[in-house]
Amino acid sequence: MNCVIIGSGVAGIAAIEAIRSLDSESSITLIGDDPYGFYSRPGLAYYLTGELHDRALFPRTPDDFRNLNFRYVKGKVTKILRAEHVLELEDQSPIAYDRLLIAVGAQAIPLDVLGAHLEGVLKLDHMSDAKLILKHARRGKTAVVVGGGITALELTEGLRSRGMKVHYLLRGDRYWSNVLDEHESKIIEHRLREEGVTLHYHAEIGELTGRNGKVNAARLLDGQLLKCDLLAYAIGIRPRLDLAKQAGLAIDRGNLVDEYLQTDDPDIFAAGDVAQVYDPLSGRSVLDSLWTPARQQGYTAGLNMAGRKTAYIKAPPFNVTRLAGLTTTILGTVGRGRDDDLVGIARGDSETWRQLPHSLVAQTGFDVNRLRLLVGEKTLLGAIVMGDQNLSLPLEKLITGNVDISPIREKLLMPHAKIGDVIAEFWSTRNSRN
Amino acid sequence: MTFLGIFKRDAKKHTVLASGQVVPDPARCVQCGICTYNCPIGIDVRVHAWRGEPVQHSQCLTCGECVARCPRGVLRFEQTDLFAKGTS
Repeated sequence: MNCVIIGSGVAGIAAIEAIRSLDSESSITLIGDDPYGFYSRPGLAYYLTGELHDRALFPRTPDDFRNLNFRYVKGKVTKILRAEHVLELEDQSPIAYDRLLIAVGAQAIPLDVLGAHLEGVLKLDHMSDAKLILKHARRGKTAVVVGGGITALELTEGLRSRGMKVHYLLRGDRYWSNVLDEHESKIIEHRLREEGVTLHYHAEIGELTGRNGKVNAARLLDGQLLKCDLLAYAIGIRPRLDLAKQAGLAIDRGNLVDEYLQTDDPDIFAAGDVAQVYDPLSGRSVLDSLWTPARQQGYTAGLNMAGRKTAYIKAPPFNVTRLAGLTTTILGTVGRGRDDDLVGIARGDSETWRQLPHSLVAQTGFDVNRLRLLVGEKTLLGAIVMGDQNLSLPLEKLITGNVDISPIREKLLMPHAKIGDVIAEFWSTRNSRN
Repeated sequence: MTFLGIFKRDAKKHTVLASGQVVPDPARCVQCGICTYNCPIGIDVRVHAWRGEPVQHSQCLTCGECVARCPRGVLRFEQTDLFAKGTS
């Protein structure tokens, strides 16, 4: 059999590992248009801050790839000819497939303002974007950041760490309003201010001005002019659907797949940020932009491509990230509504985080250690852990394992309950029994 | 600690746990490589995190640098038999 994978991200690599775990004979071809191949996309944040050099972001050696025995084609697929089972490439010979995986990821939604084409207006999708940002980042110069979610803060923190003066523009009155609650947003904003970031609320760019083709200022809708040497944006991402559209595959917000990661063409699969995956437990099809689900989806797709029918069962999504230097775990369902700073989903985000559950909120904590739980009828539906991460692992297991929390539900919902202690005691008692 | 503090901090001394090993939670790992980058003796901790295997490496000092540096809480210490032998 001839398996072809489009996309050199984690979903594609996981698919190759899955195929090879069952089948050492079939031919596998990986086609990728990222000039840097497979690297840790989330790790770019630490490259921007200077905690890592770029070479450290590559998890695989050439030897690792040789052991997986696949052919790597650096190139861009322009067309899927489904009837012929052939891919057309830009400036390269066509490639035939028996089974195809589309794992092309998502890309930043472009900034739609006058002047967005100017040099120095930058996004953070790929390694090449991170390198361009660092090329433009100059100590003592000024940057403007617009957008929301994790990527906007990665940009803010990265540029600040490089010694730039940073203005962070928020369209509404707080940061990441559809995942964090008001108090959590305030914690993050306070920490950003402490590090010298200037926050602007209800601030929207009207146009960008430039000199000699390079951005030099952002004019806000209220008339304020912010001089800047660089403007970085993260207003959301969108699955790269050009190929699926051209091929006539079923699409919605992403490339629609069933629980076997199969599209409406039985020989074509999709996984990772491009895929809108059917979840048999909730009956919904959702987008995730998270490393671990992408890896799991890629692996499951690979097993199915190799002939072992395997369903992908979506676990409650979680992400551990650092927001303004504060380690934060986001688990299950925690927020609601829309965020004015984001057009679609953000990187490191899951649509599931915003599916409003029938639940009550229990919260505790002070400025740098905060715990919020979404308590359902019998289980915990979601949690945010900021700062001290001791409860992060127990909560991950309780939420992903759908553990019955009836014995402590009332305690959790009592006014001023020490919910951290209640969870810790429940967890240790449960563990000592098992 | 504020975020600029995190980026600037120097390696700290950590308690040596002679009877411990570093155990990853692969579901949290994004393969950024900070663990490997900061390992003083060059163990590729990240590979262990990808495979979900404890860092059973005869040269691991259990210095805790990888545990402390990981920004996502992937790594933790787990006590082992004091006399268990590590693999190379």
